Amino acid sequence: MEWVNVILQGVLIGGLYAMFAAGLSLIFGVMRLVNIAHGDLIVLAAYVALMVTQTLGVDPLTSLLLVTPIMAVIGYALQRGLLNRTLGDDLLPPLLVTFGLSIIIQNGLLELFTADSRKLQVGSIEIETFQLMQGVWVGLLPLIQFLVAVAVIAALQALFYRTALGRAFRATSDDQAVAQLMGLDTRHVFAMAMALSLAVIAIAGVFLAVRSNFDPAIGPARLIFGFEAVIIGGLGNMWGTLAGGVILGVSQAIGAQIDPGWQLLAGHLAFLAILVVRPQGLFPKVSG
Amino acid sequence: MSRVAHATRSSSIGVAVIVAALAVLALAPFWGDRQTLRLLAEIFTFVALASLWNLLAGYAGLVSVGQQAFVGLGGYLLFALAMLLDVHPIAAILIAGPVAAAVAIPVAALIFRLRGAYFAIGTWVVAEVFRLLASQISVLGGGSGISLPAAMVISMAPSRQAREFEIYWLALALTVIVLGAIVALLRSRHGLALTAIRDNEMAAQSSGIDVTRIKFFVYVLTAFGTAMIGALIFLQKLRISPDTAFSVNDWTAFVIFITVIGGIGRIEGPIIGTIIFFMLRQTLADLGSLYLLMMGAVAIVVMLWAPKGLWGLIAERYGWQALPLQRHLVPAAKAEETGRKP
Repeated sequence: MEWVNVILQGVLIGGLYAMFAAGLSLIFGVMRLVNIAHGDLIVLAAYVALMVTQTLGVDPLTSLLLVTPIMAVIGYALQRGLLNRTLGDDLLPPLLVTFGLSIIIQNGLLELFTADSRKLQVGSIEIETFQLMQGVWVGLLPLIQFLVAVAVIAALQALFYRTALGRAFRATSDDQAVAQLMGLDTRHVFAMAMALSLAVIAIAGVFLAVRSNFDPAIGPARLIFGFEAVIIGGLGNMWGTLAGGVILGVSQAIGAQIDPGWQLLAGHLAFLAILVVRPQGLFPKVSG
Repeated sequence: MSRVAHATRSSSIGVAVIVAALAVLALAPFWGDRQTLRLLAEIFTFVALASLWNLLAGYAGLVSVGQQAFVGLGGYLLFALAMLLDVHPIAAILIAGPVAAAVAIPVAALIFRLRGAYFAIGTWVVAEVFRLLASQISVLGGGSGISLPAAMVISMAPSRQAREFEIYWLALALTVIVLGAIVALLRSRHGLALTAIRDNEMAAQSSGIDVTRIKFFVYVLTAFGTAMIGALIFLQKLRISPDTAFSVNDWTAFVIFITVIGGIGRIEGPIIGTIIFFMLRQTLADLGSLYLLMMGAVAIVVMLWAPKGLWGLIAERYGWQALPLQRHLVPAAKAEETGRKP
């Protein structure tokens, strides 16, 4: 029963990792951009939520109503103002600019909020648990978080395949030049994709902040978790990304159960093992 | 007959300036105080690290954000060899290179499965794995790290001053060797292939260059050099811990900023970049995290508006090269003329 609990915890945290990964996967799919600042933007969202909850006195989940649009606007502006200039055949500019951005966000947050770790409180649902079966317990908050992750992935999937914006994303992803000829303003399409990515980041950031302590330095590790989930799941497949997040979460949970020092290592080793046996990921849709 | 030449007037001046500068630097223990020697030795290690990263990213197009894996590996190899096997620290530095290269071979085989930007993050995962593994090694202090025992330090040289000199000259020599090896590589046939890959990978491939093989070779070679420099860095520091050894800020962020600001894809770039970086650091270091924030902003501005960096601007404006690397054709008549003059 102990192991069932461990694996269940791993699956639930996997939902959070899938949310880290979904935004990353989205912008890579649309514009082949890998955003090194992705993890730091998740932490930025957590701090935005901290400010919103402190000034307005609302609870973190309600604060999402404000944090999500704020992050989306930041994403749109970031893409229009900065990142669109980096896109092209050369790999280096987007990589280095987002790397610079990562350093700027980390140190900016450090300057504004110090290195103290923070946490968002959600009250009683944080500690509520219920019994799934004999000896197997589930926390309400991790369950909510997992269901939200599934909803986010489903919503992104629907948006991609059932809306005009999704069609624009797919068209730009397939052939930027032809998409432009058909009258799409790719600068706007890219900016919308980044806005959407940061909206997902907002949700991920808030759940990260209610689940565990955060400080300005934890961004890069979140980027790595998201990245590993994307690669494990296979590029371009949103549901694969969820599976990737779950595999990563379960590996970490099993590692931690064996020895607390092995939690992160076990996750990385699972990722490397997948890279050895199936470099295209478990459920690939597009090639990198 | 026409022939291919490397040297230009600017490169002849450049080589003369470099030789003179090296002579002055080699004599630094006789004109500089302890503080100056330490600063110079640190500058040398950053020139070497940035030059290696430049070879990797600027020429071979392998943008790694995980070179701290090999800096830390070198550092830990120094401590392991010196403390557990009683190897002399200088011998340990020399052993760290080939051992790291041997480690880099399977690592490359694995992460070369990732392309482009995903390769970059893959290198970071490898560095994280190394860091986590290092914190599991309890004989080397585990997560909290360890200092080099005093007896070991004293075994290098009896007096403190002699040790300082020894480490300074070691840093200078290693950096000159690393830079010399990079220059020799770039002047060779492989260097021509690398420059071709830098300028246009697809064209290079269609000209018959085995791009993957050359990249693999450069990755392993860079690991070799980076680990030796890493071992040297931790011989200077005399203390190692997983967080300092595998620090992404110190060994990758700074190195990338130096290379980008100085000029990526040019051998002179990292040297210029390191000088600027240390000038900024000496004046702005009191600002703490704001200083890092500014470095990030400067790197973004340079990448967007002067992607070839400071040296790139100079080289394009005046056609300078400080080292004889570019090949140009000397027309037949001129070649005979120069041939006749002894």
